[in-house]
Amino acid sequence: MSDLRPTLSPGQQAWRRFRKNRPAVVSSVYLAVLTLGILIWPLLLILVGGTFGQDHAPDQLSDAQFAPPSLHHWFGTDLHGRDVFSRVLYGAQISLFVGLVGTLVSLVIGVLWGAIAGYAGGRVDSVLMRVVDILYSLPTIIFIIVLITTLGELLKQSHFVTNSPFMGAALRVMLLFVGLGAISWLTMARIVRGQVLSLRTRAFVEASRTLGAGPVWILSKHIIPNIFGVVITYLALTMPAIVLYESFLSYLGLGVQPPMASWGTLIAEGVGQINPIRIYWWLIIFPGGVMVATLMALNFIGDGLRDAWDIKAR
Amino acid sequence: MYYLRRLLFAIPLLLVISALAFALVRLAPGGPFDNERVPASPEIQRHLLAKYHLDEPMWKQYLRYLGDLAHGDFGVSLKYRDHSINDIIAEGLPVSMTLGGLAFCFALGVGLPLGFFTAANRGRWPDRVGSWLAMLAVCVPGFVIAPVLIMVFAVKWHWLPVALWESPLHMILPTMALGLYFAGQVARLMREGMLSAMQSEFVTAARSKGLGENELLFKHAFRIAVLPVVSYAGPMLADLLTGSFIIENIFQIPGIGVFLVNGSLNRDYTVVVGLSLLYAMLLIGLNLVVDFAYTLLDPRVKYE
Amino acid sequence: MFFLKRAWRFYLPARFFFAVGQLAARKVLPGGRRQGTRLVSWKVNPAGIQPGNVLRVTDPRAGDCLRRGLAILMLVICFGLTGCLRQDPPADVTIINGAEPQTLDPQIITGQADMRIVSGLFEGLMRLDPKTARAVPGMAERYELSPDGKVYTFHLRTNLVWSTGEPITAEDFVFSWHRALSPDLASEYAGQLYYIKNGEAYNTGKLKDPDQIGVQAVDDHTLRVELEHPTAFFIDLCAFSTLYLVPRQAVEKYGDSWIRLRPLPSCGAFELVAWRLNDKARLRKNPRYWDAANTRSEIIDLLPIASATTALNLYEQGRADIVWDKNLVPSELLDVLIHRPDFHTFDYLGTMFLRFNASRKPFDDPRVRRALGMAIDRQRIVAKITKSGETATSGLVPPGVANYDPVKGLEYNPDAARKLLAEAGYPGGKGFPRFIDLVYGSKLYVDTGVEIQQMWHDTLGIDMELHPLEWKVYLGAQAHLEYDVAQASWIGDYNDAMTFLGMFTSEDGNNHTGWKFPAYDRLIDQAGEQTDVRQREQLFQQAETILVRDEAPIVPIYVYKGVNYFRTNEIQGIWQNLLDDHPLQPIYRVRPTH
Repeated sequence: MSDLRPTLSPGQQAWRRFRKNRPAVVSSVYLAVLTLGILIWPLLLILVGGTFGQDHAPDQLSDAQFAPPSLHHWFGTDLHGRDVFSRVLYGAQISLFVGLVGTLVSLVIGVLWGAIAGYAGGRVDSVLMRVVDILYSLPTIIFIIVLITTLGELLKQSHFVTNSPFMGAALRVMLLFVGLGAISWLTMARIVRGQVLSLRTRAFVEASRTLGAGPVWILSKHIIPNIFGVVITYLALTMPAIVLYESFLSYLGLGVQPPMASWGTLIAEGVGQINPIRIYWWLIIFPGGVMVATLMALNFIGDGLRDAWDIKAR
Repeated sequence: MYYLRRLLFAIPLLLVISALAFALVRLAPGGPFDNERVPASPEIQRHLLAKYHLDEPMWKQYLRYLGDLAHGDFGVSLKYRDHSINDIIAEGLPVSMTLGGLAFCFALGVGLPLGFFTAANRGRWPDRVGSWLAMLAVCVPGFVIAPVLIMVFAVKWHWLPVALWESPLHMILPTMALGLYFAGQVARLMREGMLSAMQSEFVTAARSKGLGENELLFKHAFRIAVLPVVSYAGPMLADLLTGSFIIENIFQIPGIGVFLVNGSLNRDYTVVVGLSLLYAMLLIGLNLVVDFAYTLLDPRVKYE
Repeated sequence: MFFLKRAWRFYLPARFFFAVGQLAARKVLPGGRRQGTRLVSWKVNPAGIQPGNVLRVTDPRAGDCLRRGLAILMLVICFGLTGCLRQDPPADVTIINGAEPQTLDPQIITGQADMRIVSGLFEGLMRLDPKTARAVPGMAERYELSPDGKVYTFHLRTNLVWSTGEPITAEDFVFSWHRALSPDLASEYAGQLYYIKNGEAYNTGKLKDPDQIGVQAVDDHTLRVELEHPTAFFIDLCAFSTLYLVPRQAVEKYGDSWIRLRPLPSCGAFELVAWRLNDKARLRKNPRYWDAANTRSEIIDLLPIASATTALNLYEQGRADIVWDKNLVPSELLDVLIHRPDFHTFDYLGTMFLRFNASRKPFDDPRVRRALGMAIDRQRIVAKITKSGETATSGLVPPGVANYDPVKGLEYNPDAARKLLAEAGYPGGKGFPRFIDLVYGSKLYVDTGVEIQQMWHDTLGIDMELHPLEWKVYLGAQAHLEYDVAQASWIGDYNDAMTFLGMFTSEDGNNHTGWKFPAYDRLIDQAGEQTDVRQREQLFQQAETILVRDEAPIVPIYVYKGVNYFRTNEIQGIWQNLLDDHPLQPIYRVRPTH
C-alpha cells in the first residue's frame, strides 16, 4: 500500500508521539528548568554578590540556625545556618552528575559488550554472556559497599590524595561512577545483544554484508542506529536508578563526603532531624521533594520514550 | 542437566567472590583490633593477631579460611568474638527472611489490585491518580519513607511501635517501608500487562462472544497480565532479602543486613567475607529458581 | 519452648517459599501456556473459534487454583505473624545501652556499654559505689595494706557462690587473674594488671611460669597480692572488669567459648537470661549473689541501640525507661532537652583535646603549638557546638579527680598567640604551610573542627583543612603519626590523675603525638611510686604544667558532661557520678506499670 504523506523517519515519528505524551512533556520542561537553575544559580550568586550572595553560598556558615523557610531563605536553613535552597541546587549538581556519568559508563560498556556479543555470536557470544550472568549473581549493592569503604579509604591514604584534598573528594565521586556504572550495564548489554541478534539476520544487513562491508561498518551504519530507540529509552530509565543508588549510598555515609553534598546526604541530614520533639520539616521536604520529583520526571520521560518508540516490555 | 551445570558453575564463582572480598577488606586501612586505646604493651596486639592468624601472609589465611569453609564453618566474628558467623546467620537470617517475605506479600497484595484497578479504569481519573501513586512509590527511597511512616503512625498517632522486632505490630511499618517500592513496580507491571492483555486478540474474541466486562477483566485478562509479575517476583524476592539493611537499621531489626554494613566499617573481616558469600549464594539460588520458573512459564524458553 | 519458637522462625520462610512456588509453578502457569498456544491457532484461522474452545479458556478450575494460592499466602502471613510473636514477659526496667557489646567476657571487653552489662553479671574484689563511683568492698569483705604499700591482703566473704551453685574461693581469683594476663587470651586491657608483680613479664611472654605472678591464695578466703611498686589506685582497679572473677570450672572446660554456656555462671547481682545480637540482653536477679537482698529489680532488659533518634523515640513512647549513653542524645535537641526534668547532666572524667604531631614541621616547635592553642576560643565551642553544659578547660585532668587540683594551661589570648607565631617565624601566618586536621567523621567532631578552622584562620591567618575519616582509619592515622593535628578525647579508666597524665610519657602506646620529654617521664615515674598524697599531687601538677602550658603537644578544649535521661518519678536507684558508672543492682521502678 502506498502512502502519499511525506514519510517520516522512525525518529521523527517517535518525536511526534512523544510530544503528545503530556506527563513526559511536563517532565522534560521540569528537568530543563532544574538544569538551568543548577547552571545559573551559582553565577547569579557571584553576579549579585553582596550580602545576598554571601548568605546563599552553599557552604557559608551563619548564625541563623534552623531558620524556617522565608522570603530570604526560600527553603530555610540547616544546622550551620546554610541556605537549604542553595544546597539543594548544589546537591543536584553532584547527584545528577553522578547519575549522568554513571549512565554513560553503563551505556558505553553495555552497548559495546552487547553489540560485540550479538554480532560475533557463537563462542564469543556465549563467553561474554556468561560473564554477564556471573556479574548478575553478584550481590551488587553489597559489593559496592565493600568496594567503596575499603578501596576508597585505601586510596585516600595514598600520598597523592592526602596532598590534595580536591583529589580526595573527586576520588570518592569517581569510585561512585565506576561502581554504579559497573552494576548498571548488565541489563543494557542483554537488551542490546538481543536486538543485534535479530537485526543481524535482517535482509538489509545481509545485503550490506554481501556487498563486502566489514563488521565495523555494519555495526556503526546499520545496527547501532537501529537500536538507538531501545538504548535511549533504557538510558532514561537507568538514570533515575543510579541517582537512587547514589542517594542510598550517601545515606549510608558511603557516597560523597562533606563538604560536598548530594541529595542523599541532604536527605540523610534531614532524616536525622525527625524526632518526636520537633521536626525541621523543610530539611526533609525540600531535598526529598526535589529528588522525588526529578526521579519521577526521569521515569515519565523514560515511559514516554518507550511508548514513542513502541518498545515491547521484555 | 542445565541446572546441574549452573550449580557446578556456582562453585568457582563463589571462590572468586570470597577471594575478592577477602582481599578487599584486608587491603583497607585500619584493622579489626585498632581501637581507641592502645594496649599497654605491643606484645598484646601481636598475640591478638596471632590468635586469629592475622599475622600470616594473606594467601595462607585464605587457604585456612577455605579449609574451614569446606567444613561449613564461616569462622568467628572478629568484633563479636563470642559469635561465629554461623550463629550470626542462624540468628539473623530468619528475621531478614521474615521481613523480606512479609514485604513480598505486601508488594503483591497492594501492587496487584492497584495495577488491576488502574487498568480497569484506563484513562479516567482513578487511573491517573493510581498510576501516579505507583510512580511515586517507585521514586521515594526507603530511607525517606521509613522515618515519615514512623513519624506519622508511631510518634504522632501512637498506633504502632517506633522500632524493635517483637510482635506482629512491630512488623507493619518495616514491611510497608520495605515493600512500597516493589508494590509500585508490581502495580506498574500489572497495569501494563492488563492493558496489553485487554488488546490481545483472544480477549477481543471473548468480548465478541458477549462476556461481561467484569468477567472479562477478572477471568481472562488478569490471568495473562499476572505473568510478567510472576516472572518479576524472583528478582524482587532476591532484592527484598538482600536489600533490607537500611530498613533493618532504621527499625532496629535484628536481621543480618546490619552486620554487613557495620562489618565493613569495623573491619570485621570474617563477617564481611561470610555474609558476601551468603548473599551471593542466595542470589545464585534465586536466579536459578527464576530461570526455572521461566521455562515453566513460557515453553518457548529453553536453557541448554 | 525456645526450640519451638526457633523452629517456627525457620518454618515460616520455608512455608512461604512453598506457597509461592505452588502458586506460580503449578496453578497459574499451565493456564498461561494453554492460552499461548491457542492464540496461534486463532491467528491461523480466525473463523474457527468454537464456543467450546473459549469455554475451556475460562476453565473455572484455574480461577479456583489462583484463589487457593492466594488463600495459602494469607494463611502464611497469619502464621508468620503468630510465629514471630515472642512471649517474653515485660522487663521491670528497660535500658537503652548504646553500642552492641562485643562480648560479655569481662576480661576481653573494652567498651563502656559492654562493661555496664558485665558489671551486673560479674564482680571483682571491689565494686563501685553507685552514688560516688568510689571502690567499696565487693567479693572481698576487707583488705589490709602492708606499710611499704606493696602487699595487699584481701579477705573474701564466706558466702560467695556462683549462680550455678559452685562455691567461690581465693584460688578462683588467682586463676582469673592468671587468665587475664595470659598471652593466649590477648586481653587488650591486660595492662590493668601490670601493677601486679611480674604481671607485665608474664603477659609479654618474658616469664613463662604463672606462679611467679604476685597473686597467691593463702587459704580459701584469703588472697595475697604483691605489687611491683606502691600503686595508689590499685583498689580502684580491683573494681575494673579485667580484674573480675570468671568461673574457673567453665573456663577450664570450654576455653574461650565458656561465655556461650547457658546457664552462664555469674557471680554478680544478675544472671544472663538471653543475649541476642542487635536485639537485647535480658538479665534476671541472681538469688545466690552475696548481696541479693539489695537487688531491686527482677528483670532488666538492655537494648543495643546506636541511633540517638531511635533511642529518644523509644523513650518518649514509653518503651524504654533509661537512656544512658552520651552518644544517644540528639545534639540538635539539646537546647530543648536540657531544660527537661528527666534529663540529667553531670561532671564526668573525660576530656576532649587537640593533638599535634610533634614529629612533623612546623608542629615540632613548642611556640607554634602554644600559639595555636592560645588562638582557640573554647567558650564559643562549648556554647555553640556541644551545648550540654560542658566546661571549657585548658587543663587535661578534669576537675573532681580524687586527690588532685587541676592546673591551668594556655588560655585564649589572640594577641599573645599572634606574637608567639611571629616569634616562631610566621608573622601573620605568612609562610605557614597548609595543614590537615584529622577528625572522626561524626557530627560533633566535624562541627568542632569547622569552628577551630575558622578561629585559626581569623586569629593567626593560617589555613587548615578538615579531613573527616572513618573511625578505624582515623585511629590508625593517629597511631602511625600520619597526621598534622587531630581531635581526640580521653575517658578516665579510674578516678586518678594517672589515667590522664600517664599516657603522654615517651613510650606509652596512647601518646600518639611523637612528643618525647624526659623531664615529664621522670615526674610521672616519681608520682607513680610516691605514696604521700600531697607530694604525689605536686609531682602530677608539675608534669601537667609542662604538658598543657610549656610544651603543649596537646591542647585541651573542654571537659565532657555525662548525660542520661530517665523519669525520676518512675525510676530510682541511679545516680550521677564522675565515672558515668551506674551499677544495675540498685535500679528499680517506683510504680510498676501493670
